[in-house]
Amino acid sequence: MQELKENNVLQPAMPSSWNEESKPHKFCPGCGHGIILKALGEAIDELGIKDQVVFGCDIGCSLLSWDFFACDSVQTHHGRTTPVITGMKRANNEIIGIAYMGDGGGYAIGSQHLFNAAVRNEKITIILCNNCNYGMTGGQMAPTTLPGMKTETSPYGRDIEQTGAPTKGPEMVAAVAPEGAYVARGTVANVRQAKGFIKKALENQMAGRGISFVEILSGCPTNWRTNAKQTWEFIEKDMAQYFKVGELRVPQVKEG
Amino acid sequence: MAEVSLKGEQRVFMTGNEAVAWAAVAAKVDIMYGYPITPQNEIMHYWTRLAPKYGKRFLQVEDEISAGFTTLGGVMSGRKAFTATAGPGNVLMQESAGMAEMMRLPIVYIIQQRGGPSTATVIYAQQETTLTCFGGNGEGHRIVYSTATHQELFDYTIKAFNSAWTYRFPTFVLGDGYQAKMREPLTIYDPEERGQTLVKPVALVGENIKGKQFKHLRNTYNTEDELYEVVMANQRDWDAMAPKVVEWDQKGCEDAEVIFVTHGVVSRAASTAYDQLRAQGKKVGYFRPITVRPFPDEQLGAAVKGAKKLLVAESAYGQLLKMVKTALYGSNVEIVPMLRPGVGITTEEIVEEYSKL
Ligand SMILES: Cc1ncc(C[n+]2csc(CCOP(=O)(O)OP(=O)(O)O)c2C)c(N)n1
Ligand code: SF4
Ligand SMILES: [Mg+2]
Repeated sequence: MQELKENNVLQPAMPSSWNEESKPHKFCPGCGHGIILKALGEAIDELGIKDQVVFGCDIGCSLLSWDFFACDSVQTHHGRTTPVITGMKRANNEIIGIAYMGDGGGYAIGSQHLFNAAVRNEKITIILCNNCNYGMTGGQMAPTTLPGMKTETSPYGRDIEQTGAPTKGPEMVAAVAPEGAYVARGTVANVRQAKGFIKKALENQMAGRGISFVEILSGCPTNWRTNAKQTWEFIEKDMAQYFKVGELRVPQVKEG
Repeated sequence: MAEVSLKGEQRVFMTGNEAVAWAAVAAKVDIMYGYPITPQNEIMHYWTRLAPKYGKRFLQVEDEISAGFTTLGGVMSGRKAFTATAGPGNVLMQESAGMAEMMRLPIVYIIQQRGGPSTATVIYAQQETTLTCFGGNGEGHRIVYSTATHQELFDYTIKAFNSAWTYRFPTFVLGDGYQAKMREPLTIYDPEERGQTLVKPVALVGENIKGKQFKHLRNTYNTEDELYEVVMANQRDWDAMAPKVVEWDQKGCEDAEVIFVTHGVVSRAASTAYDQLRAQGKKVGYFRPITVRPFPDEQLGAAVKGAKKLLVAESAYGQLLKMVKTALYGSNVEIVPMLRPGVGITTEEIVEEYSKL
């Protein structure tokens, strides 16, 4: 943590793995991305791995984090962060590779990469922000858009007869990943828990056990057109009802 | 038979794909990422056999999009990395090539062209020339070596890694199905034993140094002006590089009336046609771009100064032709095209076409 007081003014606590120069961050007020990245920053601090981390961000609002951390960072293409970080880790095993993406990036355009990285048990950590829509492009329907939910491309509400049911990413990864995988779903409504999941996901990679995948339920008040109360209600009630929060796969750690 | 190795100079008889795998070993490549497609497969087959013996790695991924982007990951972590593909796979790899152009990532692609468009044939074509030179939503900031022989496949694969890591532009070796699958003799060697330097890779991210200055790499910009600066800086670097990497071959252009312009494996047919016709006292010439990107514009312009006609022959419908026309803009030499998309071109066919002029 940095010095809390500057010119005698109390500063907000910031993880030391954050790049101060890029703060305040560029997300909309009330956006969940910043909360997820704060949890990630604290987890990086606590594990003391700042110099080993390569943070990869996707295209989507996650790209706004390209200079978010005081860590090596690579902003890639929409959906391609998983293969970029996979390639890096395969070439240099010492890296702690983090792939950060949205639900569109992970479950639509990059779903083949996520699926196969899980099947191959790539020793990387994937953190996915589920905000039920394509935030950056202006609020279109995403694989995770809830049944009946209105978006720009489902203006009368998502019809699951026509578009299928919302993607359950962690369930999919948990179903196909071999032993050693860590899979969880957290929420920005419970940051302590989310941070715990992210930390375990990083530790799992450090132990070289297998793929680590954490989805975090998050808010997009700008495109949802919700006020603070409605935003939190949607995350805590509607989303959490469909997307069950908790750990889906926790590797058995042999007692030493 | 003695085991093939890079110790000393060794005369070998192998397929082009095998030659590429050996060249990658000779260039001290660390890792290959790939997805199967004919006629490239045996590069992976040989690499996966050789790699463990030389402490190298291989990853088979889910598609060519992934092959391109995992290779970029390998490159960014400071390893010599490459991939190989053809046809529809080359189409999918253009997305990663665009990122490499923007972020100046020294990735190497081996392309063994097959018929197109679509799935077409698994055999041969020169229909990926435009795609390989200009694929993507950018300006074609890349280096493309169009090889003609197995010796060149070996030599230029080694060179491709050096060029990529020197100039930091994506670099392609543009072969084809004939070169991939045919067997012919060549000499393989350890370039360092020959006194050649292998350019060392450098990590762009991920070096584990305490308290290092972190790096932020991106390909997205907020304003038109910001983007303009980046693209123009890349363009200036590319322009400055072009005269240093451009390569071509020519014969008899000084007094030629008709010059054959071809690239890749077709230039072998053209070269033999040239020899035969010259032996009969015919005033023919031969010009071959080896780098199709950057294209030897000036060199071609100078070579055709005294000629009456050019016979441009290619196994595509006008891809080389377009480059030739661009290079010769303003010249009034007559250009006669010989366009055979997806089929081979023999010496006899070139001689016949010549006799019709
Ligand atoms: C190949 C490609 N297709 C489409 C886009 C346009 N695009 C940019 S961001 C985005 C969606 C982002 O949604 P998501 O991944 O859910 O991230 P969010 O913004 O919601 O955090 C799309 C479709 C693109 N950049 N590249
Ligand atoms: S559009 Fe939505 S996801 Fe993107 S920054 Fe704004 S609130 Fe966050
Ligand atoms: Mg989203």
